[in-house]
Amino acid sequence: MKSSGLRFKTYLLILFMVVFGPLGNVLLGKGMKEVGAVSIHTPDQAAHVLGAVLTTGAIWLGIASLITFFVAYLLVLSWADYSYVQPASSIAYGMVALLARFMLNEAVTPLRWIGILVICVGVFIVGHTPMRTTEPGS
Amino acid sequence: MVRLILYVLVIVAGTLGEVCVTRAMKTVGEVKAFRPSALAGVILRALRVGWMWLGLLLMTVAFFALLGILSLENVSLVVPVTALSYAAGTLAAATLLGEHVSRRRWAGVLVVCLGVTLVFLGRS
Repeated sequence: MKSSGLRFKTYLLILFMVVFGPLGNVLLGKGMKEVGAVSIHTPDQAAHVLGAVLTTGAIWLGIASLITFFVAYLLVLSWADYSYVQPASSIAYGMVALLARFMLNEAVTPLRWIGILVICVGVFIVGHTPMRTTEPGS
Repeated sequence: MVRLILYVLVIVAGTLGEVCVTRAMKTVGEVKAFRPSALAGVILRALRVGWMWLGLLLMTVAFFALLGILSLENVSLVVPVTALSYAAGTLAAATLLGEHVSRRRWAGVLVVCLGVTLVFLGRS
């Protein structure tokens, strides 16, 4: 495949990862807040918590979103290096904070927003490194 | 203490799980066709690789540990803290997968980690 096509499909799948990964995490967070603080000391409690988790709609939406993320992730990993894909998708941390702030009304302090900006700078530095350094099948 | 154990599980099991899955997908080879039938074939081939199952097991452990922490803490704290897996992941990619990690990339990862630290310090 030509490198421009490879780049396009790589960026497209990373976009999927950046949207659906954070959305999944935020939905899981919303679901677990509905379930409440988990304390598991006996098998009965474990079964009760598992039941509560599996009957929470937001958890299932979160899982569906994370599966979408995971499929995109698997596909991109079949040609691009792990150490390229993982940092490139780190912009997802900014996305998580935005979604947590506006979907869940979590308080996000100024220092935390600065941290997110620093993460984006790191992503920019990492984004220009080669996509693949090992040969497939080696 | 419970939180610490859960964080360690999310980071270590999650990172090792991703490394296993990557190994499996490199065995499967580059995915070139995106038709549903071709994708189904890719998934079936991936499921015949042992590394994939080990990876999925580790990622399942990480997933339930994540659910545990999310019941105790805010998403906007939990997810940035789990980004400590960047250091673990790059280290694992360099050592276990034999990927060449350039100085520039290490620097980028360090900056990302610094940002993650600030996010952690900025707890309300």
